[in-house]
Amino acid sequence: MSLAKRIIPCLDVDRGRVVKGVKFVGIRDAGDPIEIAKRYNEQGADELVFLDITASSDQRDTMVYVVEQVAAQVFIPLTVGGGIRSVADIRRMLNAGADKVAINTAAIQNPELVKEAAARFGSQCIVLAIDAKRVTSEGAPPRWEVFTHGGRKGTGIDVVQWAKQMSGQEGAGEILLTSMDRDGTRDGFDLALTRAVSEAVSVPVIASGGVGNLGHLADGVTLGKADAVLAASIFHFCEYSVAQAKHYMAQKGIEVR
Amino acid sequence: MASIAVIDYGMGNLRSVAKALEHVAGSAKVEVTSSAERIMQADRIVFPGQGAARDCMAELQRLGLDKVVKEVVRSKPFLGICMGLQVLLDTSEENDGVQGLGVFSGPVRRFPPGMRDAQTGDVLKIPHMGWNQVHQATAHPLWQGIAQDSRFYFVHSYYVDPADTTQIAATAQYGVGFVCAMARRNVFAVQFHPEKSHQAGLALLANFVGWDGNV
Repeated sequence: MSLAKRIIPCLDVDRGRVVKGVKFVGIRDAGDPIEIAKRYNEQGADELVFLDITASSDQRDTMVYVVEQVAAQVFIPLTVGGGIRSVADIRRMLNAGADKVAINTAAIQNPELVKEAAARFGSQCIVLAIDAKRVTSEGAPPRWEVFTHGGRKGTGIDVVQWAKQMSGQEGAGEILLTSMDRDGTRDGFDLALTRAVSEAVSVPVIASGGVGNLGHLADGVTLGKADAVLAASIFHFCEYSVAQAKHYMAQKGIEVR
Repeated sequence: MASIAVIDYGMGNLRSVAKALEHVAGSAKVEVTSSAERIMQADRIVFPGQGAARDCMAELQRLGLDKVVKEVVRSKPFLGICMGLQVLLDTSEENDGVQGLGVFSGPVRRFPPGMRDAQTGDVLKIPHMGWNQVHQATAHPLWQGIAQDSRFYFVHSYYVDPADTTQIAATAQYGVGFVCAMARRNVFAVQFHPEKSHQAGLALLANFVGWDGNV
């Protein structure tokens, strides 16, 4: 009898539609975010993450509308990320019905934002999103660097150090850790990365990037030591349901809801 | 028309609570308010809250709502959620010690660092975040139709440690066993978030909407 490991479907939203790209090319339309959120909720999703990948900021209101609609019908925790730049942006999403807000690029540009937001809204609703890329060659002890702008810009910041520095009682209450090397590949999580970060911080870690089958989800927990696992495409195109994922993980001895 | 006041003291996201209540409230009116008058007039009270204990108490006092809460817990059906449970206790270890409302006797404690999972040996993360089993310790109208050991959604780093064990309505396990629901006459208060706990949570809220405050 203990805390369940969470399965979190992720919805990438572009101008009000759920999309899924493979290595950022050939973005495929996967449907209406409100309908998809309801479907995952019925299948037993533990939480939902919405990432707004809309390029232009004048389309941001669309995301507020999506969050409002989902929050009125789906009664599980909702995290919203993408384009969050300020305390005002965070307040807007929380007021729309989000429970947590993920901060990525803005945390790099202004680390004080994470502290300020945690003090204002409580660290439990501030998620530090990290896009990590392996920067060491094959065979060398692995090291990962924080990237921004959808994996295009390096920062020189070490991922494990950054995760430790920005989380905890006065910082983010959770970390959403995405491997940019694995995202969209369906080769599985970067387990060494997941484990390195999860063992270094005191807060829960969500593993993200690379899930292609149910075994990958279980590996994220058992080998990667993740507290929650996130996946998008395997759920969107109905290859697997969330219920199937839970059944599989339970068979592997992982506690699920 | 029956009315439900959700007490707004500027701490945390009340929209989720209000939306979930509206979902189960039928014809009852749900109002998010910081008005002492509106709260005193309402038929039943929901007292949510998120954030730091010191800030919560400071805001309650600044708005004069500490006295209002102490008044309404005497008679109206009352549901505390998360920080709305913790501030009902005497004191909290948070922020180097914070005085609570003293509706229930006992302290609020922080989960000790370095707790380990009994099975895997992994260090347990803080906050305690996610779906955990709630073990009902007493029969209560608010548990009606909810299976024993159902999972509810938690997110917290502190837990209540009541002096009077007859007030324990449910417990949960996270490294330590801890109290996650308390009850006394017309007052029921929970550490988890029923508004984010899908069917079990909506069932509890529906039970509250129909509860006359008697046990």
